[in-house]
Amino acid sequence: MKGNGWRLTATFIAVLVIIPLVIVLVSLFNPEREIWQHLLEYVLPGLFGNTLKLVLGVAIGVTLLGVSLAWLTAVCEFPGRRFFSWALLLPLAVPAYVTAFVYVALLDFAGPLQTLLREFAGGPVVFPPIRSAGGVILVMVLALYPYVYLLARNAFLTQGKQALEVAQSLGYSRKSGFFKVALPLARPWIISGLMLALMETLADFGTVAVFNYDTFTTAIYKTWFGMFSLQGASQLASVLIVLVFALIVAEQMSRRGLRFTQAGRHTRMDRVVLSGYNAWLASGFAALVLLVAFIIPVMQLLSWSAKVFVQDFDARYVEFLWHSLLLGGLSAVLVVVTALLLTYAQRQHNDSWTVAMVRIATLGYAVPGAVLAVGIVIPLAWLDQQLIGTAKSWFGIDTGLILQGTLLVMLPAYLTRFLAVGYNPMDAAMQRITRNLEEASRSLGFSGLAMLRRVHLPMLRGGLLSAAALVFVDVMKEMPITLMTRPFGWDTLAVRIFEMTSEGEWERAALPAVALVLAGLLPIALLVKHSEKS
Amino acid sequence: MLKTLLVSTMVSLAATSVSAAEVVVYSARNEQLIKPLFDAYTKDTGVEVKFITDKEGALLQRLKAEGQNTPADMLITVDAGNLWEAAKEGLLKPVQSKTLNANVPAHLRDPGNQWFGLSVRARTIFYNNQKVKPADLSTYEDLGNAKWKGRLCLRTSKKVYNQSLVAMMIAEHGAAKTEQIVKSWVANLATDPFPDDTKMLEAIAAGQCDVGIANTYYYGRLMEKKAGLPLSVFWPNQKAGGVHVNVSGAGIVKYAKHEKEAVALLEWLSSPKAQNLFADVNMEYPVNPAVKADPAVAAWGSFKQNPVNLAKAGELQAEAVKLMDRAGYR
Repeated sequence: MKGNGWRLTATFIAVLVIIPLVIVLVSLFNPEREIWQHLLEYVLPGLFGNTLKLVLGVAIGVTLLGVSLAWLTAVCEFPGRRFFSWALLLPLAVPAYVTAFVYVALLDFAGPLQTLLREFAGGPVVFPPIRSAGGVILVMVLALYPYVYLLARNAFLTQGKQALEVAQSLGYSRKSGFFKVALPLARPWIISGLMLALMETLADFGTVAVFNYDTFTTAIYKTWFGMFSLQGASQLASVLIVLVFALIVAEQMSRRGLRFTQAGRHTRMDRVVLSGYNAWLASGFAALVLLVAFIIPVMQLLSWSAKVFVQDFDARYVEFLWHSLLLGGLSAVLVVVTALLLTYAQRQHNDSWTVAMVRIATLGYAVPGAVLAVGIVIPLAWLDQQLIGTAKSWFGIDTGLILQGTLLVMLPAYLTRFLAVGYNPMDAAMQRITRNLEEASRSLGFSGLAMLRRVHLPMLRGGLLSAAALVFVDVMKEMPITLMTRPFGWDTLAVRIFEMTSEGEWERAALPAVALVLAGLLPIALLVKHSEKS
Repeated sequence: MLKTLLVSTMVSLAATSVSAAEVVVYSARNEQLIKPLFDAYTKDTGVEVKFITDKEGALLQRLKAEGQNTPADMLITVDAGNLWEAAKEGLLKPVQSKTLNANVPAHLRDPGNQWFGLSVRARTIFYNNQKVKPADLSTYEDLGNAKWKGRLCLRTSKKVYNQSLVAMMIAEHGAAKTEQIVKSWVANLATDPFPDDTKMLEAIAAGQCDVGIANTYYYGRLMEKKAGLPLSVFWPNQKAGGVHVNVSGAGIVKYAKHEKEAVALLEWLSSPKAQNLFADVNMEYPVNPAVKADPAVAAWGSFKQNPVNLAKAGELQAEAVKLMDRAGYR
């Protein structure tokens, strides 16, 4: 394919993916003055503070946890390293809104821990409130650090030790080698993971709702559901989209001129062996994160599930599970293929137009799901109308809805939402492949798709698997789009969780939540198995 | 995989085409609280009920986008405000039915007959019976009294039940006075507002605060699980106004393809047989005055309802939301 072909491909994907976003953005041109007045005066000031606090807290938290754990499991040797290297990915399978309601239930005033403490002390006890900025940040960090962990680990596994050796040969100590060489080299991966975590944070509704913590998203929902103004809600969402776009562009600019490639990838790595105190500190740290982010929430879910199992569990769960897996699997394939095309287009034809198209195509992840769902339903309803009209006038038959309420709607919707999740790890992986290698293969007669198949794909395998696993799990956890676009009777585990949590029945939500976690373990296990081999 | 996709698509394609003996419902009432009704109806009449659940706002939006191509015949919500909004947006059509008029009291249905309440959700005061004497309690408004300083718990203002409560207060007192009342509540809060009624009731029982406002069925469910909690019901505003009630209710979609069947279902839902099922499933109160509440629910005592038409809850909801923002009620 020539340059123009790639450019067209990127443009086509971007246009397809951003139609829903444009529908949301169009609202900006017709502001609802009265509502904006109110929002500006009473809502937005506090909201900006809250959102900023949350984003900063999550950014710092996921980077610290993600990078340190990735470094420890990729480059160092300590007791339990093999176990932790895969186990630390497990929290990925637990939706943040689930971790949230588990911790609020456990740690709030009326929860078992504080009740026990009061009984023990025989009176009131001072306990930091879980329903606070700190509480939300903690839960979000626990739920989202795996994004950074997974991608940073990929980077360290392939270059960490080498980078360290080079640094040492240049006279750096091990510590400054990490900060001066290994860390900067891993930057694209770390930033990719961080971006995913932050976009997810900005778009989140479920988690902040459990804490009643007000962010941009809660204001969007309140304007829509409370004031019946979808227009006002879309305008708030547009501001969010613009903010994220600015963030992405700023990150892109800061990376300009840098190249992140690696030498060979087959060098066998010897790990830095931690000993004594340090070794146990590393094990303890990893164990603590795993305990808090995964084991405690899952234990609580299991104990709740046990209470409601007999009453709630029935044959329908097979269907919920099947639907979840099917949607996750199909979307993973679709997103990965699309993301691959985008990554490749950018690689082959790196002009500003293509780059812009790629950036635009990955904005959907930052938009709250329900708003995005509206942006998807509107154009599809229109398309259906055209199709129905055509069927009537050409064939004289009344078809009813054609596209809506079918998987043909759901999959593009997931694509819009999760393209960033697929794109980021693949882009990071692509940056690893040297131009020299490409030139060499070109001189051997490989170009275009042949180069993709023979040269790039094998080297992109890590990024590809990361992308597929992340999308698979994310789609299974997704609620608003699934709720709004699913066919009749087509319930999934996430839908079931929604029905229970929306009535405050957290115990009964535990059963589908456990099922969701179990289903999510499968792709994660595959992912880890692969990353260990490479 | 591809084959399954095709089959699934075909199935859902087939499902959207028009067939005779069925009704299609968009429901904001949860699956577990609505499916038993539909199952019973299908068993009685042979008419199949297909439904999808989602949040009200999303369902309204979907109805609007689908316009005259919508497969939906009936919209069910868990509050009157959203039904009012659906009617205002022209998504529903009026139904002239003697049965419905007889079964649903006038203040629980749309004056223009576009929607009908089907079960009553009473939002009342709950208190910790070890710390509060019922004689200390009187009205919703009184919860702003200084004697409740640091003793009041509330659910978040984002929930439609609180928005309706405040909207109905605006209808009664006017915006200025209502804002004062809401401000006085906020000043009395023992802790930040809770994400749901159940968590709030648990906080009252645990002693984090002493009084709060919740829907009765959350209390019923909680007491079923934890019978020993020191929680009691209080019926406020009995001398004037009455207890704030909301409804879970339904309307017929303007472009319904099975209008006759949908109206029949709606009428059936208001009939004594369905009313028992409908309300008992979730410990709510029947709308039909001829039907007695579930014994467990009746045990909480009888009360006078606020007789103001619930259409007000929709009409004033946006104003209520803004008012709560101004009052600092999160």
